[in-house]
Amino acid sequence: MTNSIGELEKDSRCIFVIGSNPTDNHPVIGMKIKKNVLYNGAKLIVADARYTDLASIADVYLPHLPGSDVALLNAMMNVIIAEGLADQAFIEENTEGYEEMAKVVSSYTPEYAETITGVPADDIRKAARLYAQSGPAAICYAMGLTQHSTGTDNVKSVCNLAMLTGNLGRPGTGVDPLRGQNNVQGACDMGGLPNVYTGYQAVTNEAARAKFEEAWQVKLPDQNGLTLTETINKAHHGDIKALFVLGENPMMSDPDLHHVEAALKHLDFLVVEDIFLTETAQLADVVLPGACFAEKDGTFSNTERRVQRVRKAASAPGQARPDWEILCDLATRMGYPMSYASSEEIFKEITSLTPSYAGMTYARLEGKGLQWPCPTIEHPGTPYLHKDGKFSRGKGAFSAIEYKPPFELPDEEYPIVLTTGRSLFHYHTGTMTRRCQALDEHVPEAKLEVHPELADKLSIIEGERVRLSTRRGSIEITAHVTERIVPNVVFMPFHFTEAAANWLTQSDLLDPVAKIPEYKVSAARIEKL
Amino acid sequence: MAQEYRIVLANAGKIDPASLDDYLNAGGYKSLEKVRTMSAKELIDLVRSSKLRGRGGAGFNAGMKWGFVPETAPETYVVCNLDEGEPGTYKDRTIVEADPHLLLEGMAICAHAIRSKQGYIYCRGEYPFVVDHLNRAIEQAKQSGQLGDFNIEVRMGGGAYVCGEETALIESIEGHRGEPRFKPPFPGVAGLWGKPTVVNNVETFANLPAIVKNGSEWFASIGSPNYPGTKVFTLTGDVVNRRPFEVPTNTTIRELIFDLGGGIPNGKAFKAVQIGGTSGAFIPEHLLDTPLDFDSMRDAGITLGTGAVFVMDETRDMVDVVTRIAKFFEHESCGKCNPCREGTFRSYELMKKIKTGQATPSDVENLSTLSKVMTKACLCGLGQAAPTPILTTLEHFSDDYKRRLLAAIS
Amino acid sequence: MIRLTINGREVEAPRGSTLLQACQLNGIEIPTLCYDPDLRLAGSCRMCIVECKNRPLFLASCVAPAEEGMVIETHSDQIMQARRVILELLAARHDFSCQTCDKNGDCTFQDYCYEYGIKESSFEDGGRRIYTVDDPNPFLERDYNKCIMCTRCVRACEEITVARAINVENRGHHSKIAVAFDGYLEDSPCVFCGQCVMVCPTGALTSKVSAGQGRAFEVDRVLTTCTYCGTGCTLELNVKDDRVVGVSSNREEEWSPVNKGALCVKGRFGWDFINSPDRLTTPLIKENGEFREASWDEALDLVAQRLQEVKDQHGPDSLAMFTSARVTNEENYLAQKFTRAVLGTNNVDHCARL
Repeated sequence: MTNSIGELEKDSRCIFVIGSNPTDNHPVIGMKIKKNVLYNGAKLIVADARYTDLASIADVYLPHLPGSDVALLNAMMNVIIAEGLADQAFIEENTEGYEEMAKVVSSYTPEYAETITGVPADDIRKAARLYAQSGPAAICYAMGLTQHSTGTDNVKSVCNLAMLTGNLGRPGTGVDPLRGQNNVQGACDMGGLPNVYTGYQAVTNEAARAKFEEAWQVKLPDQNGLTLTETINKAHHGDIKALFVLGENPMMSDPDLHHVEAALKHLDFLVVEDIFLTETAQLADVVLPGACFAEKDGTFSNTERRVQRVRKAASAPGQARPDWEILCDLATRMGYPMSYASSEEIFKEITSLTPSYAGMTYARLEGKGLQWPCPTIEHPGTPYLHKDGKFSRGKGAFSAIEYKPPFELPDEEYPIVLTTGRSLFHYHTGTMTRRCQALDEHVPEAKLEVHPELADKLSIIEGERVRLSTRRGSIEITAHVTERIVPNVVFMPFHFTEAAANWLTQSDLLDPVAKIPEYKVSAARIEKL
Repeated sequence: MAQEYRIVLANAGKIDPASLDDYLNAGGYKSLEKVRTMSAKELIDLVRSSKLRGRGGAGFNAGMKWGFVPETAPETYVVCNLDEGEPGTYKDRTIVEADPHLLLEGMAICAHAIRSKQGYIYCRGEYPFVVDHLNRAIEQAKQSGQLGDFNIEVRMGGGAYVCGEETALIESIEGHRGEPRFKPPFPGVAGLWGKPTVVNNVETFANLPAIVKNGSEWFASIGSPNYPGTKVFTLTGDVVNRRPFEVPTNTTIRELIFDLGGGIPNGKAFKAVQIGGTSGAFIPEHLLDTPLDFDSMRDAGITLGTGAVFVMDETRDMVDVVTRIAKFFEHESCGKCNPCREGTFRSYELMKKIKTGQATPSDVENLSTLSKVMTKACLCGLGQAAPTPILTTLEHFSDDYKRRLLAAIS
Repeated sequence: MIRLTINGREVEAPRGSTLLQACQLNGIEIPTLCYDPDLRLAGSCRMCIVECKNRPLFLASCVAPAEEGMVIETHSDQIMQARRVILELLAARHDFSCQTCDKNGDCTFQDYCYEYGIKESSFEDGGRRIYTVDDPNPFLERDYNKCIMCTRCVRACEEITVARAINVENRGHHSKIAVAFDGYLEDSPCVFCGQCVMVCPTGALTSKVSAGQGRAFEVDRVLTTCTYCGTGCTLELNVKDDRVVGVSSNREEEWSPVNKGALCVKGRFGWDFINSPDRLTTPLIKENGEFREASWDEALDLVAQRLQEVKDQHGPDSLAMFTSARVTNEENYLAQKFTRAVLGTNNVDHCARL
């Protein structure tokens, strides 16, 4: 997030939620948005193929078809430019590339966008005016925007929209990706990515590499590594021979599980470190028992870049150990001695190598934590980025982006769009929540959301078991007939191993830049059983 | 011999209430025309100096109440309380049935003083015919342009007694549970939809045209000096003339019951009178010479209330009557504040215990303590006044209680 | 600042304070039940009443503005008696089953009954309503036999969670907290966040997941960060005998900067996986398609040896590491350090995109 969660509760005068269902997926953020909208007069725009809880209180609801985000966003910008609602001063002072962007956007009239998105042109106009004219406006998005073949384009488009209206660098404005996992921000910040060290220092940058070589006293590879999805593909081809999986569950979370299963089985050696014998761990050669969050010290970084303490509350069961201890032990056995007295000592090493974390210490994290960048020990942390329109690269760059359709469009054989996501009552691959008695009792199975029109057409009734198929495979699932989804789209959560959505998703074609799979659009077919 | 003196009922029976022309011919809407030539401040000063005090029960100076509305408020409301939920009270209905335009004119005068464009009449749920009657009058007044740009809407209550309390009434108009708000802020500052609002009783509004017409000195000279004007009383119970009377406020209780009311029927002797509604005090013989003005009554430990006069003869047992009243409050407590929600329930429980001869003296003491706490600790007037019948009968008619306790012992 | 006299002492308070705030600022403790600094004021429990000279009524200090020159008594005989009556009235609708209550020792109502010496109620002639406790949801126990109608749950549901699932039903003594038509929470807009449990001053609302596992005085509360979504809510793990038995939350912004104590259903009720019998407790090595238990030394030696073999045979880029969006920063740091420095490849990634 460029800005802070708290701003969504009071500072934002308009909130544009696109491809995100905070009430279910980021409930406490959802509460803050609702509070602002219902009691504090903030305007709300929701763009989603599902009629979410927030959609039900929105000033404008845009039920755009999955994968049509760029067309929708371009049309909103078209209206903003055409009606003179752009922030010219901000554009001139702080950005570049406006002309190219404006040229592309000029052909996306709301009427044209209506043919792509299915959203009435007037609603697009209304949304554009509301976003541009309400005062500080924030954009919240999540995987509904990013898990597309055009995920990178979609994100660039929301950045365009924010820059066009000067909605950056002030409280209540911003481009706010709501990140789905407790420490996904931290895993990225810590260099858990194939192209960067901590704090996004590129592995291909000589100076950065030299710094880490010096600190770690070892020669480091200078080429970008493989992303997760690429790794699976390479394992499938036999180029990756051994894989260490630390607390991940690709056998649930990754696209096209047939493909993942074949790839993992093709490995010479798979080691999985986890707290449960997950679907992935079952395929491992060696399984190492880790401690869960309640059993160790450390830090998590949340979606607003806030680094907060995690504290040990109880001992890990049996011989389970914190992951950091296991990693140290293993490195030492492989001839690279690693030894730390505590997680705090590791954190000190992190801050010494990571400018954005440099000013943090465990003592300073007590209480409210700190939001990076926090470069010095006196720095109070950074609640919002790009203050006064200052971008880290100098000027904010507009991107001229054309709409591209999703890879897999519905056709005669697979006439329906399948989109996937989460339920309020479960989390990601269900490893933890399926083992929480109350949560699993309350929501014990996946349900496929089907619009009544589609249900009628297929003669499906509420609670009926159906077969849902894509080109990758098929599963059996219970249908839930609801008007909360647009007619030709069906939705299912991916938490349930009994009916895992990712048997159906595809892994061949990814977003060319971010390598993200297109979970939100698969061509599918439903059959009665 | 005490006489009626009619201000708010001046047209009653003389004009056709369904006819706007009749009202106009009787001088109607002339006062409203007159106030339109006055500034808001002049009007408020006029009403303040007339010493007109609220006829709903609290007896607050009407002009002062209006004066609390901030002059700069862009949006204000005039609300007329026609909830009239007090058993035995039917004065507001009487006024409105006889002369609906008098109320509308009074509200419009108030609207001029607080620069309001919208008025509401909150009408008792049991008066559906009054709603029709008022809507017809509003339509006439609007059509003929008498009200100018002031709109009046009639809202109907759902039969909850507590909605006669001004803030609960406001909550009800807003569509919420009928529960009182804590004060401050008072409605004059933050009332209906958070905007400055004047809530007055029907009778208060109905006095305004005459005050504007005849001047504040004229009004201030009628009845008791501190609570001038007239008051409409509705007589019920063991009294010969069970009907409304409008009398100057220096009339005594005795005059009202015996001169105008014709005394106790069937040759029975007077025992008690409850004035002001269900939550009013029970008054014994020796206080009957108290004048019917707010301050004199208060000094005698009586609240004037809404003008209900409930007369009881010698055959009535106070425990029976008060048990019935306690049941009423147990039923009508909204449940918001602890002492009222639980207190009215326990009061009724203890009264039943006394009535059925199962109570000990400590139960009576318990009841008395609870009642005293309720009068001071409850959130709104309902809970504060609910114990009054218990406390006043314990004080003046303790024999009725003792008899029941003795029965328990023997 | 304004000046007023409280309990014979002249004190100061900022203009615009309530009497309660003025008292708190000056170290005078006033009992409250319905008051909650984060919620809309109700002014309804009347426990915070005080006496003000020249005012006929007691003032509910939580809603009464402090005014210049007021002379206030907070603990006079009259006030103490009134509070005792109010507590007795509440005690008469409460089942007083403290011995078996999960909130025993952590109950504001119990504390006040103790402080004001309420051992039983003088108002108990069979008037207590008996409520059935049968909401089938697996998260929240709703026992209205312990409810004192402070309505904090209603306000928390409306103002913190904005779910608006519950409200007061019926009137007077018959009023109770209910969802529409007195149905089940499951059929209401309830999202089972448990904010109502958080604000409840009695044992009326408790966690079914924690029931019977530990009372406030038996548990340590360890402040930590939630393990689910990326919001980063602060929560407290309640620990008894080295075992997590529940989750509570800290409402101070200073300690709970993101959520001020608010949580969702997973954060508040989704902690028992920690104690799941399915937890891995020992390293496992697969032999002939079956796992067998192994010692750490054996397992780690095997992993080290196999990774080294692959690296030696196929080069470092034939190795890869999936680190995790769920483990700590420190562990992610070590995972990528291990991958880059020990395995010698940049093939490290996690499920950020999934």
